[in-house]
Amino acid sequence: MDHIVIIGNGIAGVTAARHIRKKSNKKITIVSAENKYFFSRTALMYVYMGHLTFKHTQPYEDWFWKKNNIELKEGLVTDIDAKNKILNFANSSTLTFDKLIIASGSKPNKFGWPGQNLDGVMGMYHKQDLEKLEKYAPNSKECKRAVIVGGGLIGIELAEMLRSRNIPVTFLVREQSFWNGVLPDQESEMINKHIKEHHIDLRLGVNLKEIKSDKRGQVASIIIEETGEEIQCNVVGLTAGVTPNIDFIKESLIETGRGIKVNRFLETNIEDIYAIGDCAEQHQAIGQRRNIEAVWYTGRMMGETVAQTICDNKTEYKPGHWFNSAKFLDIEYQTYGWVFSERNKPKNEEHFQWKHPKEAKCITISYDKDSQQFLGINTFGIRMRHEVFDKWLSAKKSIEFVLEYLADANFDPEFYKLHEAAIMAKFNTEFDTNISLRKKSWTRIFSK
Amino acid sequence: MKTIKNIGLILCFIGFVIFTGSIFTGKNKVSQETFDTWTKQKVKSEFFIEKAQKEIVDTELSAFELSHRITEIAKASNKYHKSRKKIAWNKIIPLKWNKTSKDFIYPLARASATGWPQQNEGLFFWITFGLAILGGTIAFATDYKLLGKAGIKNNGIFQHSATNRGHLGILAFLFFVGFYVVLYFFPNYLVNPITAVNPLSKSLGGNESSQWFLYGFMYCAVMSVFAIRMFIKYRHNNYQILRTAVVLFFQIAFAFIIPEILVAFNQPWFDFKNAFPLNYSFFFDWNINNLLASGNMGIFMLVWGILLTLVIVPVMVYFYGKRWYCSWVCGCGGLAETLGDPYRQLSSKSLLSWKVERWVIHGVLGFAILMTALTLYTYFAEIESWRKIAFGISAYDIQSSYGFLIGSIFSGVIGTGFYPILGNRVWCRFGCPLAAYMGFVQRFKSRFRITTNGGQCISCGNCSTYCEQGIDVRAYAQKGENIVRSSCVGCGICSAVCPRGVLKLENGPEQGRINSTDILLGNDIDLMQYVNKK
Repeated sequence: MDHIVIIGNGIAGVTAARHIRKKSNKKITIVSAENKYFFSRTALMYVYMGHLTFKHTQPYEDWFWKKNNIELKEGLVTDIDAKNKILNFANSSTLTFDKLIIASGSKPNKFGWPGQNLDGVMGMYHKQDLEKLEKYAPNSKECKRAVIVGGGLIGIELAEMLRSRNIPVTFLVREQSFWNGVLPDQESEMINKHIKEHHIDLRLGVNLKEIKSDKRGQVASIIIEETGEEIQCNVVGLTAGVTPNIDFIKESLIETGRGIKVNRFLETNIEDIYAIGDCAEQHQAIGQRRNIEAVWYTGRMMGETVAQTICDNKTEYKPGHWFNSAKFLDIEYQTYGWVFSERNKPKNEEHFQWKHPKEAKCITISYDKDSQQFLGINTFGIRMRHEVFDKWLSAKKSIEFVLEYLADANFDPEFYKLHEAAIMAKFNTEFDTNISLRKKSWTRIFSK
Repeated sequence: MKTIKNIGLILCFIGFVIFTGSIFTGKNKVSQETFDTWTKQKVKSEFFIEKAQKEIVDTELSAFELSHRITEIAKASNKYHKSRKKIAWNKIIPLKWNKTSKDFIYPLARASATGWPQQNEGLFFWITFGLAILGGTIAFATDYKLLGKAGIKNNGIFQHSATNRGHLGILAFLFFVGFYVVLYFFPNYLVNPITAVNPLSKSLGGNESSQWFLYGFMYCAVMSVFAIRMFIKYRHNNYQILRTAVVLFFQIAFAFIIPEILVAFNQPWFDFKNAFPLNYSFFFDWNINNLLASGNMGIFMLVWGILLTLVIVPVMVYFYGKRWYCSWVCGCGGLAETLGDPYRQLSSKSLLSWKVERWVIHGVLGFAILMTALTLYTYFAEIESWRKIAFGISAYDIQSSYGFLIGSIFSGVIGTGFYPILGNRVWCRFGCPLAAYMGFVQRFKSRFRITTNGGQCISCGNCSTYCEQGIDVRAYAQKGENIVRSSCVGCGICSAVCPRGVLKLENGPEQGRINSTDILLGNDIDLMQYVNKK
């Protein structure tokens, strides 16, 4: 019986284990140095904020693993003997495998800032980061101010976390506007405004120069590169993106670049060794996706796919249309298909935008300016149906079609005020068309 | 703003202290007239009357002393009668902890109370209920500013002792349980609070207030104050606002005002929205007889009650799910969604509790149906309800044990008292027979579901944590499956707290409602076996 060993019990590794178990009775061992049981990393913020306890972040009860005959091993893998199929652990124990799935995830980026390893400097990625934050920023008395470096999704979440305990936050963002490498200006500006409304001291277009320590080796202040301004603080959050967590592989025979190099079957250069999730790097990017995708659901999909291959149904990793979601403080964000920012958008991409006159709601629909083909949508403060957009993207519908049937896609709770009519009206004015909105139809929503 | 909130909390607290304190400060003086009326109705034993005449009439006593003396005299009287050669059973006073105080002592205590509250009913109302309602309203209204911008504000819930089974939670638990025990079994100690609502009772239905009027009023008041909290906390969410407003309306209008008005017009007290088998006494002989004796209105009530259970409830559940009742109409649900909302995260989501839940709630439904079948059998066979029919048990015995075990202990003491420990909806989840009945319809024949939005779930667990019914919503959402569960009451909070817009309560075609999938939307791996399965 094959022994499948999975390094990492995040969403990618655990999904792989579950699907292998569904399809086979192979021996499965999941190795983790972070926590014995799988938990949802994305929910760590809610533990600090008091919405959940850590237990709530665990999607499966503790008995689940034994019942499904999935072995859990706690330990830190220090290197992989790929030739002899042996894992070596920090406590000098070993584990042999027949097939290995590496799903070791990411770690926060550090760009060699002076003082980046001081006490009170942390990322917001691992369970241990949460424990550190609880230690250094338990309340606004212990932590007079926190500085967050890096304006991405984790940065804004960390800011929200700290604000939930009334800790003053300064938020350093390299870009001229929040996340505007990804978001169109309209949306990026709306988020800037929203961040400030939450009493977060947002500093745009600035970089961190150094972190200064006090006598005990703890964070005392930071200095801004551009202005030389010194900001007193007790905690520094480094949230300038993540990198594959693969230091322990560097010495092995497994080929790595920024991540572990894999082909479309998620195979590394060594037979019987696979890599999935955040740590995997595609030789060739798939569609407009990045080679390394540190996204929750891609980890899950790679886990689903590799399980097929391991269970003798060799399957190519084929992510469908791009989608994603996030929440910026109180504003929910969903995206389906590709919408690029003004900075990065390809030549053929045009945008149609609508913004609510008062509330924090807006949408951007991208389309091909020649063919009018619908390319993608960003929605803020309005929920949309994944299934419907997935279908429209596959069918290469036009932007006019999308607007005409937009009511089918709405996913807001019942009794919410709908904005399709206003959106449609704006479109008709801008494009000099006379399209009228169709009523929502269950038949269309459910048609395949 | 924080100061204003604290002022509100202090006012509310003072109201509560006076309310609770009044229980221990009652004064009673039984006049000869009151005593005679009472003994004429309640007592046959001349031994008791003689002894009681000496010991309690025209004597100023606290409620506790009065109750204690009556019990002692009754014991002595029973002893006396039992020592006789020929025992006069009709002179024995039944002594049971859960009945004597309520049925025997309370009427006298109510009629003989002479303390300060009785002389200042209006003022007493304002310094108890008035202060508590005003203070609570102020405290919750300040949340409009204190909570910040509209959005999900669950900060600190698991760090606060009131909402995480801490000291304040335990205190609330003891208070709730204590209140229900006193209300159901020892209303003789609640005479002062009952007096506080006397003017209101008189102006509504024209009668002196009873413990049930007090309860009805408190229910409405508590729901109203906590509805303000809901309106502010979920002010960005029209589903929550509308649902809270409607359930509050049904409670105040249908469970409180309309029944009182009916009484004022000499009609039976009747709650038109209270469907059998939640309303377990609907088919009891006394109720049927009472309705039959009440003319056209009574007949209408009888027909309506039967239609409600047999036609309206299942049809509505088919179209909208059981939420139309549980979260929009029902009084138990209304209290759970207002007073109980701060405790929703405490419900257990374990598989074990789901198993227990199914046994218990369906057990109660079985109990209710058996009891009703037996009751109707005795009714139509014209057997008196107290006559033993099998195993030395009468229909009345079964009715009264259901009333005690389920009606009082389960739905009241445990159902509401345990909010701060087991989460709100303890009764609705584990006990309500109507919920069990509607659950079958919802699970097997309904258009209602919670739709999962493709592959957007990130397994964060907010939905499961805030599900008051203990449904592990995430277990479905992270598999891309719709949630179709008999216990779902459609409160809509899972959808509200989801940070990624994954969940939507909706009514749609039955086909495709249950959509178990192996691979979630977004992963285009092309597997014939999966296609074939669908």
